[in-house]
Parts: sequence; C-alpha cells; structure tokens
Amino acid sequence: AAWKGGLRFQVSAALKEGRVTPTELCQRCLSLIKSTKFLNAYITVAEETALKQAEESEERYRRGQPLGVLDGIPVAVKDNFNTAGIETTCASNMLKGYVSPYNATVVQKLLDQGAVLLGKTNLDEFAMGSGSTDGVFGPVRNPWSYSRQYKEKSVPKSHSEDKDANWVITGGSSGGSAAAVSSFTCFAALGSDTGGSTRNPAAYCGVVGLKPTYGLISRHGLIPLVNSMDVPGILTRCVDDAAVVLGSLAGHDPKDSTTIQDNFKPFELPNLTDVSKLSIGIPKEYHAPGLSSEILALWSKAADLFKNAGAKVIEVSLPHTCYSIVCYHVLCTAEVASNMARFDGLEYGHRSDMNKSTESMYAATRREGFNDVVRGRILSGNYFLLKQNYENYFIKAQKVRRLIANDFVKVFRSGVDILLTPTTLSDAVPYTEFIKEDNRTRSAQDDILTQAANMAGLPAINVPTALSERGLPVGLQFIGHSFQEKQLLTVAKWFEKQVKFPTIQLEEVKRHDHDVFQHQKSASFS
Amino acid sequence: QKVTVDVLDHLERLALVDFRDSEGVERLQKAIRFADQLREVNTDGVEPMDSVLEDRCLYLREDDVTEGNCTKELLKNAREKVEEYFVAPPGNIPLPKLEERESFLQSS
Repeated sequence: AAWKGGLRFQVSAALKEGRVTPTELCQRCLSLIKSTKFLNAYITVAEETALKQAEESEERYRRGQPLGVLDGIPVAVKDNFNTAGIETTCASNMLKGYVSPYNATVVQKLLDQGAVLLGKTNLDEFAMGSGSTDGVFGPVRNPWSYSRQYKEKSVPKSHSEDKDANWVITGGSSGGSAAAVSSFTCFAALGSDTGGSTRNPAAYCGVVGLKPTYGLISRHGLIPLVNSMDVPGILTRCVDDAAVVLGSLAGHDPKDSTTIQDNFKPFELPNLTDVSKLSIGIPKEYHAPGLSSEILALWSKAADLFKNAGAKVIEVSLPHTCYSIVCYHVLCTAEVASNMARFDGLEYGHRSDMNKSTESMYAATRREGFNDVVRGRILSGNYFLLKQNYENYFIKAQKVRRLIANDFVKVFRSGVDILLTPTTLSDAVPYTEFIKEDNRTRSAQDDILTQAANMAGLPAINVPTALSERGLPVGLQFIGHSFQEKQLLTVAKWFEKQVKFPTIQLEEVKRHDHDVFQHQKSASFS
Repeated sequence: QKVTVDVLDHLERLALVDFRDSEGVERLQKAIRFADQLREVNTDGVEPMDSVLEDRCLYLREDDVTEGNCTKELLKNAREKVEEYFVAPPGNIPLPKLEERESFLQSS
C-alpha cells in the first residue's frame, strides 16, 4: 500500500477500507516492540489485553461501526498514568507491583474511542528528570542512536569499540513515550509535561510533542508532580495526529476541578497557505547561554521562512525568562513535598518490614522506595515550606511566577500570535556524557527553554525541524495563546510541511513490516 | 549560611525521608543557594500566583456519593490488612531522637 506522507487518514483509512486489520496492526507493533527491546522504552507490555482490544476493534470495523479515527490505533501511555488492571510504577520502587484499580480519565477516553493500549512507557522516576535515565528500570535509549543517519555521521574510535557505547539519550521525562512513537511501535503516546517533559524528548527523538493549555485536559489519574503545572502531553509523528488525539482528550472532567468548563470542540486543522496575517514573536531571552550554534542557525532560518512567506516576524522580550528555572525549582520541590506525602506504605505501593511504629514504618518505606532525586526534592521542598522560609522562598517564587506569566500576557496583547523558540539547547547527548552531571543540574540546564510555558500555563508544541550535523533530530518550539490550540497547531502544521523532516531509517523497522511502514514520510494515522 | 543540624533533623522528621549521607546534605545546601537567586527579582507590589486559572470559577461538584463500594479492589493493593482494615504499626510513638537514630546526622 502506498502511504504518502502528510496525507490525513492514512492508517485509519486503511483500517476502514480493510487493507489492514486492527489485530494485524497490533501484532506488528507488539513484535516491533520485542525487536526494539534494547531501547527500553516500555516498562510493561500489555500483550493480552491489547490483542483483545484489537479483536474487539476488528469486530466493530467488520460491522462497519468503528468508534472513530482512533479505533484500532495502537497507543502507549507513560507509566505515571493509572491504568486499570495494569501495573503503574512511575519507574519507582515505591510503586513496583502497584496495579491501578482505575483508569486515568485520558486513558479511559482513549479506550472509549477504541484505541489499543500496547503498554506503559519508561520515564525518569516520578517524572523527575530531563533524560529518562533515572528510573529503576534503567535508561531509555534514543532510537536515533541506531539510525542510519546517526551511524553515518559517527566516527567509531576503534574497531573494537562497542558500537553500542555511543547511544544517545531520549531526553525526559517522557522518554519512553517519545522513543515508542519515534521507533514506530505505536502511533501516538501520552506523556506528561511539567517543565518540558513532553517537548524535550519530542525534540531529541524527532517527534511532535504537544503540551496543551493547563486546564484543557484532565489530570485525573495522572500521578501528580506539580498540581499547578502538570498537564498530560501528546506525542505523535505529525501535527495532524496530535490534533486528533487532542480532540479525543480535551474537555471538562468533573473528576478534575482544574479543567475549565468551556465547551471544547474537536477541530480539523486547515491547510494554511497564507501566513501574511500572522505575527510571529522571537523572544530574545531564548537565545540562552549554551544554545548550540547549530540550533541558533536553525531558529534563524525558521524565522526567515516565516518572513519570506509574508508573516510579520518581530523580536520580543520576556524579561523574566532567566528566573523561570529558579522559580520552578522552588515551586516544584514544594509541591512535590506535598504530593509525595501520600506514599506511606499503608494503602498501596511498597511497604517496609519495619514495624516498630507508624512513623518509623513510613520513614523506612520512603527511604527504601524513593531514589535520591525524589528524596532530594522532598527535602528541599520541605525546607522552602518551613515557617521561617515560607515567605522568602515559596511566596516569593509565586510572585516571580506571576511576573513570568505577565511577560507572556504583555507580548500576546501587543499583537503577537505565536512565539517561535528553540526547544532544546542542543541535539541529544550520549548517555555517558549526560550522566556526568547530576539530575538537578541537568534539569536546570535542559528545562530553560520549555519551563516558562508551564509557569504561564500556555500551550506549546515541539515540531521536528531538521537533523543536526551528528545526524540527530533538532526541533523548534511554538508557544501560543491560552486555549488557542487550533491556531497553534495550524501554524505548526504549516511549518512542518515546509521543513519536511526526514523519516528515521531504522534497521529493525525496515526488516519488519514493509507494507505498513514503507514509503511513508511520516507514519501518521490520521 | 549553613543549615543547622537541628533544621536538618527537623526536616527529616517532617519529610519522613532521610538525607542518608553528606551528599544528601550538600544537595540541600546547593538547592538553597540556587533558590537564593530569587532575591534578585523585584517583586514589590506583586501578588503571589497560586494558579494560572485564578480568574476563573472552577467547577465543584455536588457533595453526593456517586461511586464507591470497591473495598475489595482497594484493599488488593495493601500489604497488611485484616478484614476491611489497613493495618498500621502502633502509632503515637515519635521517631527516636536524633541521638538514638541510626541517622547519618548523628555523626555530623
């Protein structure tokens, strides 16, 4: 079958027309998951239930009654979303063996649409990190490490050197989800985004990563990190697919009172041809220290692309950008200190054998269950929340948060429609290099370009743009007005069409199933 | 300004996690130094922001019981239970004092 890239309704159309069946699709994905196991993208593969869901979907297609575009589409979910009957670990010893009694709202919505849940993806423990390297199940490997594009550009130091030693990270914390989508083992995946955790790995893995406006998608069932910033994230191979998934997930949820009550209407993205009415803002502070010259050049090229197409491209200023990381550091640790308090070993999760007293049992359980990063954040958070520190740290950070959010309000009010910025400071680094610095330092460095959008609750999306000199993906970020996802995605889709980001060339995928995956520039489903 | 052992001990009790070693304590020191950068920002007259949705009236559902009766389901995930109860070790016993605890801080 000829799957021309970028056209809508590819796999979905094929399913409808019977050119491929949901069970075939599911089986191919499951077998590809097995042959790409070295990526360590999945913590749990729900083979039995996935096949059952695929069979049910097939029955619906046979009767000519599919539930929608997502019916029969294999998806993966980050392991910090509750999934009924399937282990949910958050990549932590604290929740190893924990089988959720319920589905997170977003998971339920996907299942209600007939999506086939393949499994739970790997992450940094409790979503704390920017590499997907700090979970108890080990680090996730970026599929591009094994791509022809990367291998061609990397010079082996010696013949005896382990070809594997140079693998690069996925970024994080939703690295497993990004790797899963990037390696074709699923068509869409859920991540979460608190400081950039969906956009960062999306950029490194060359996939679309959407962070929706805070309040648009329900967090019910998403194990919380920072209640005032967390959002479920969407990872797909093209912008159209992200719009489809968004359409099935967005909307008020009575179980999450932080979801707005405005009526949400799913939308199809128009094919924008005229960008002359657009005003693109280039925030100068995003020329952050450490930004690679390659990405700077790409960012500039992108701005020119819009300018040459007739859009108004202007430099703007978001003066408090440089404080967003510090602000995040305080607010995040404070909320973490509160959110992690629920893990005491009594009702669920790991429980220590210590039983001298309730307090000592709690202390031992948490000592055994949490890794250094989590414990460090809990302790820092508690410090900032101490009576003597509350005003100077927590309240102060909340004030700075308002300043950061106001920066965006001012710029958007001045007529700017969309902001264009880099997503990451560089392309993905090798794992051996990444672990030289500690988690907090890394997070502070890597989150600088993505974090402010979470502070302000704004929608933002990473669009894969080009390959770096090392043959690895580089993405650019668009940030939009609150709840204006349609405009944001429309512009992102236009940009995606202009840059024609190349498909990853993976041995495993090529060997695998020629008919489904061959000839496609972007293996989209919508 | 180093954090005193008293405060470290207090934090361990509040958080019910331990610093484990000097690295843990140093991590906190670094975190504090990092956070101190906030002082550079002028926030005179700025109100703290709790939520980006502060201008909206959020939905509160009626205080009616709409689900439940899933005791068995919920108990499945607990390690120690008796009939329909979660079993906890005896309460009201404070954590041993710092001098008596096997805490790293005892030696510092």
